[in-house]
Order: sequence, then C-alpha cells, then structure tokens
Amino acid sequence: MTDALLEARSVSKRFGDREALRGVSLTAARGEIVAVIGPNGAGKTTLLSIIAGIQKPDGGELSRSPAEVGWVPQQAAVYGKLTVAENLRLFARLEKRPDVEAVVDRMLHQTGLEARADDQVSTLSGGNRQRVNIAIGLLAQPEVLLLDEPSASLDPRQRERLWQFIRGLAEAGTAVLFSTHNVAEAERNASRVLVLADGELIFEGGASELEAEVGDERDFESAFVEFLRKRGH
Amino acid sequence: MRWLLVKDLQILKRSPLLVALLVIYPVVIAVLIGLALSRGPDKPRVAFVNEVPTAANVIQLGGENIDTSKYGKLLFNSIEPVRVDSEEEAIAKVKSGDVLGALVLPSDLTQKLASGIEPAHVKVYYNAEDPVKARFVQDTINSQVQKANAAVRKKLTKIALGYLHLIVQGGQFSFFGRHFDVLGLAKAEAILRVTLKQIPKNTAASAQVAAVQQFAKIARDNLDLSDNVLKTVGEPIVVDQHVLRGGKTPLDAFAVAVAVTVSLMFVTLLLAAGTLALEREENAFARLVRGLVSRTGLLAEKGLLAAGAAFVVTLAMLAGLALFIDLAWDRFPLWMVALAAGALGFAAMGVAIGAITREVRAASLMAFMLSLPIAFLALVPSGSVSQGLYDVTSAISAVFPFKPTLDALNAALNDAGGLGKALVHLALLVLGYGLLARVSLRRFA
Repeated sequence: MTDALLEARSVSKRFGDREALRGVSLTAARGEIVAVIGPNGAGKTTLLSIIAGIQKPDGGELSRSPAEVGWVPQQAAVYGKLTVAENLRLFARLEKRPDVEAVVDRMLHQTGLEARADDQVSTLSGGNRQRVNIAIGLLAQPEVLLLDEPSASLDPRQRERLWQFIRGLAEAGTAVLFSTHNVAEAERNASRVLVLADGELIFEGGASELEAEVGDERDFESAFVEFLRKRGH
Repeated sequence: MRWLLVKDLQILKRSPLLVALLVIYPVVIAVLIGLALSRGPDKPRVAFVNEVPTAANVIQLGGENIDTSKYGKLLFNSIEPVRVDSEEEAIAKVKSGDVLGALVLPSDLTQKLASGIEPAHVKVYYNAEDPVKARFVQDTINSQVQKANAAVRKKLTKIALGYLHLIVQGGQFSFFGRHFDVLGLAKAEAILRVTLKQIPKNTAASAQVAAVQQFAKIARDNLDLSDNVLKTVGEPIVVDQHVLRGGKTPLDAFAVAVAVTVSLMFVTLLLAAGTLALEREENAFARLVRGLVSRTGLLAEKGLLAAGAAFVVTLAMLAGLALFIDLAWDRFPLWMVALAAGALGFAAMGVAIGAITREVRAASLMAFMLSLPIAFLALVPSGSVSQGLYDVTSAISAVFPFKPTLDALNAALNDAGGLGKALVHLALLVLGYGLLARVSLRRFA
C-alpha cells in the first residue's frame, strides 16, 4: 500500500498460555478509516494498545513510535473534577505543545465544546465526555489516530456527530484506526475492515468484499456472523 | 436475596486483597489487644537484685522484730521479678530491653531502716527512650516504694512516740552502746518543786539540781534526734533513679511528637495512595505513561505532593501546639528536617499502597488499616512484653516509617538524640518503598 502512515508487521502477544495476537500485520494510509472488528476476546483492544504503546508486544514491528500516534481509550481518560479547558490545558502542557492556549482554543472549536469549556467534565453527558477524550487524543495533531470502541457509550445522535467529526479528520489527512463491536458502524464509516478472531487476522478488505465472500446474506452484520461461522469462530 | 448473597460472595472471592485485609486486620488487632491485656503494664518484668544478707532481713524497730522480706513480697505482687545476682547484670538486662527496669536493694538497706535516723536508699535503673515508659516505670516503682514506706512509717512513728514518752515520763535509754537513766519531764517538775522549797545550797538538793541539768541536756539531745527521726518517718526509703538510655523528654512534649507523627502518617499515606489510585480510577494512568510522564516521574510527583501537603499541615500543627506546650523554637530547623524526612517516608509507603491497589477506596482503606497497627506496634515499650515478642514488634516497626519518624521528631523537638540514625532509617525506607511502588506499578498497570 502506498502512502501508509502506519504499518504493523507480525505483531504477537501472549498472556500466559493464551495467545492474544498471532502475527498480525496491518497498514493505514493517509485519510483512510480502518475498522478492526471481531468477536469478544479477538484481540482488538490488545492490538490498539500495542500500537498506542500501552502494552509491549512479544514480537513484531511497528513503523511509528507511540509518541507519534494519537490514542483515544474506550473509557474517557479525563479528570472529572477539572473543567473541559483545564483538562485540555493539562494534556497540552504534558504534550509540550508550544502555544497551549491556542491549541486549547482550537480543540474546543473543533469539538464544538466552546460553550462547555468551563464546565467540570463530571457534569458532561457521555457524548460530550467522549468528545473531550478524543480532543485530548488530537492535541498533538497526530497523523495517526487510534480509537478504541469510540461510540460504545453514545446514543445514535451523539454517534452520528462523532462520526462526522472523525470523517472530517480523515478528510484532513489523518489515518484513523478504530475498533468496534458495531459492525454496521464499521460498514458505514470505514473504508477498510480488518477482522480479528482469536488473535488472528482472518480478513482484510472492504465491507462489500466480505459480503461477497459469504454470498447471499441480507446485510453486512449477517455476512460477518456467517463469515466467522465458516471460519470456525 | 439468596442470589444477591451468592453474587456478593463471588465478588469477595475475586477480591483477594480485600478479603485478606478483612481477615488479617481483625486478627492482628485482636492479637495486639490480647497481648496488651495479657502482658499489660500491671505486671512489668523488673530485674531484681537483693544485696541484703539473709540474716539482716529481720530488723528491730521500736523494740519489735520486723521481717523486711515481707515488704519485698508486697512488691512482687505488682511486678514480675527477674532475679539476678548483681547490679551489673541487672543494668545489662535493662539495656538489652529484656526487662522494663531494675530494682537494686543495697546491702545496708535494712541497717539504715533499723537506725531510724537516715533514709534507706534503693536504686532504680530504666531506659527513658520512651517518656511514656519512663513515666510508667517511675509510677510503678514509686507506688510500690510508697507502700513499703507506709508500712515502715508505722514502725518509725512508734519509735518517735517512744522517744517522746521517754522525755515526758523518763526511763532507760540506750544509744550506740551507752545506757542512760532518763529522768523525764514529769519527775523533773516534781523534783524542782521540792527543791525550790528546800533551797539551801551545798546540800543533797544540789545533787538533785545536777540531775535536772543532766535531764535537760539529754532532753535537748533527744529532741534534736527527733528531727531526723521525723524526716525519716516522712520518707524511710528513698529511690535513686538512674536513666540508662534516652533523654529526659517531658511527657507532654513526647505526646506532641506522637500526635504530629500520627497526623503526618494519615495525611501523607491517604493523599499519596489516593492520588495515585485516582489516576487509574479516572483511566488517565495509561494515557499519562504512554510517553507524557514516566512511571517513576508519576510516583515522584504523587509522593512529593503528599509529602509537601502533609509537611505544611503538620508544621502548622506543631507551631499551633507550641503555643500551649513549651517547645524549643531554636530547634525549628530540626523540626522541619524531621517532618520532611518523615513525610517522604510515609509518601513512599503511600505510593506503594496506591500502586498495589486499583481504586481510591481500596487505597484509602488499605492505608487506614495499615496505619493503626503500625502506630500501635511502634509505641510498645521494651520490657512490657517478652523479649522475643518485643524483637518481633521492633522488626515490624522497622519496616514502616512510623517509628523512625517518631524518633526523628522526638529528637528534633526534645533533643532526645538519634536524629541522624532516624533520618538514615527513613532514607532507606523511602528507597525500599519507592522500589516496591515502581515494581507494583509495572505489575498491576
């Protein structure tokens, strides 16, 4: 693949006797949105955690250091007792951004949280809290953004707003890699899907390619379930 | 209801740390309380040296034979005597902490008691590294000596009354082997009355007047002697106290050191453990340590925050207490050194607790549950429990910062000595707990 901003080669990870990842390789190009889907325990979060530098792999290589990758964890990693602006300011300082206030203003504008800038995060809705969470992941203006189950706790309206925002980032050239349980969401928003099962990458391609591989299924979710069944998962 | 109970039991089963704390904590507290009750300070172990020859145990006071060993038995009702052969052996036992104190009865004890003229002295040795213990030893020995004094006082009062009776009524009196016929005031008055009537000089009457003169002399001498007797009646046995180790810290100043150390412990432990656990509870830990802050840096930040806050709070507390209790302000720089070192020791322990636990509540609970027993153990004085048990409590206390912090603060406040040793001890604990916290953070993150 040309213009790949992120490349992982043969990444493996064990937890005791269990193989969480078995030689997984992937790429993400500029402006591409890549979805990682799979059943529970497939290794999605482990894969993203390794790319984000939270965990160390037992084997394999990564093209980017964790510092060059933006990371948005599944649960909002923000301080409830601080305001939105204070959270952004804190992490901007820790990221050693040159003009902290300008970065904070930009992220407040980008996430549409200007009106809530002085509100404590603990008073925000789940959707707004997730927006702060994503904003912190974007403070360093990373070329690659990782999102672990970004819409898990959001209602449909909040989800749609979130995806609008993420699509905007991709259009601006950011490579986005996200994990999700919601295969319909992956079909709608991802330009490419990776299917993980039992730590193994068993499919890589477009949603329509996966449907075609299964045959005459009614929708992508059914096709995905049938695909897993056929592969013995 | 039943299924809720099953669910809660399953959760408890999957929380081994909490269950361990819930089980171990009451057991430890129960053992400590049990020890306190069974080996309490009502029967302290005291080394006992009796240099009085067996034959001299019975003395004569006021014409009565008194067995002094009976008073020794009274003393043994209140202490557990550890009989030793010499004063040196007794001192060694006190120094080693095997006994709470030592009581030495010198060989001339009964002889002095029998004379009724000067007080008999007993010697008491103890360590005063802990003023509570020092006060306890003083109170215990003093109360026992007072009992003996009260018993002897009865006898000496009888002697004093005998002298007074002799002066008034007359009779036989022996003093250092010399025998006197004491005329007595009553007879003297009668003689004088007769003599006044038969006044011719150079007759038998002149001899009677001479007798009156002799009586006057002896009466004056006896009255002089009565002064000493009355002093002796006031305190027949005097305790000579010897402090073998430790300073002479006033009890209220020591209480200040304990109160400040306890406050320092709670504030620092809870703050350090809580703030570190909060990073994980807020899910921010992973975000921070993926390049923004090193794990060691995070630990140092939490430790310094807790230590700094506790330092300010306890310094203010100390300054406030100094308004009511006489503390040496010229030692203020040493107060700060001791508080800072203690705060760092507790902070290192606090971050270790915060690194082991995952939640603020668990961290706070663990910090609180650890604090009380370590403070309790650190205050167990030597000699109040058996040597083996004291060694165990000392070893346990040595791995927690409470005891060295208390020692440092006591030394800083009261010039009790040992500040340098306590500071080195705290420095080692900071390193040890810092290492434990760092390893735990890697293990549990």
